[in-house]
Amino acid sequence: MHDTLTAQRPSAASMSAPAIVKPLPAASRFILQGSAAVMAAAAAALALPDTKLACRASAHGERAILWLGPYERLVIGGEAEGAELTRLLAAALVDLPHSLVEVTDRQIAFEVTGPHAAELLNSACPLDLDLSQFPVGMCTRTILAKAEIVLWRTAPETFRLEVWRSFSAYVVGLLEEAGRA
Amino acid sequence: MLLITCPYCGPRPELEFAYGGQAHIARPQQPADLNDDAWAEHLYMRDNAKGAHAERWRHTHGCARFFNAVRDTGSDRILATYETGTPRPAAGDLVGGAA
Repeated sequence: MHDTLTAQRPSAASMSAPAIVKPLPAASRFILQGSAAVMAAAAAALALPDTKLACRASAHGERAILWLGPYERLVIGGEAEGAELTRLLAAALVDLPHSLVEVTDRQIAFEVTGPHAAELLNSACPLDLDLSQFPVGMCTRTILAKAEIVLWRTAPETFRLEVWRSFSAYVVGLLEEAGRA
Repeated sequence: MLLITCPYCGPRPELEFAYGGQAHIARPQQPADLNDDAWAEHLYMRDNAKGAHAERWRHTHGCARFFNAVRDTGSDRILATYETGTPRPAAGDLVGGAA
């Protein structure tokens, strides 16, 4: 899916280079819902720091936990790690009421990177993406024009976008159009 | 664009929010005991305040939580936001004092 998408669209954004939009490798994904105790146990099971602060991600290697809401996290792992993550989380949360849903194939990840990455995203996203307001490590669900996305700043000039699969062509096309001007 | 302060996420653009009607409307404990008028009162009758109005909002494209806001219906200023289940702030605790 990713490869055909890029192949069809030799990125205009990358040619004029205000920022480069490219698909990221496949990953496994889960939505975890539950109390603070659930979140603490899940973070410990994945050997990641707990995400207690609102709109912050904790990540190490391919694994990441993204704060989406006070009782909701997005858990990301490597493509081959899905079964392992399920096993780890299920074992750690066996005594705690929670909901763990695999959403691996629901969404695709893109990386937007470059000195004008924030500007490019701001063409369709109303959030304040200044480094002081949206620092590295901040993540949130938000909107990009008409598509809901999860936006995560992984470096000062790099963002990761989690886009629902059926919105991906729309989002990429929109960003390419915005980068052309 | 309005900025609305989500109690969980902080100030965010209004495009991320959805309106949820008047706040602090308690569902009757025994709906079957109500006559039609009382039930209609609960279902349909809402305040139409000019000035401070407590209402539910949902941060749909953010943390997805419902919360309550006091909004001035005249100026559209959000005077306070607070978590669902907590009491409405006193007039003196609103932005700019009593509205």
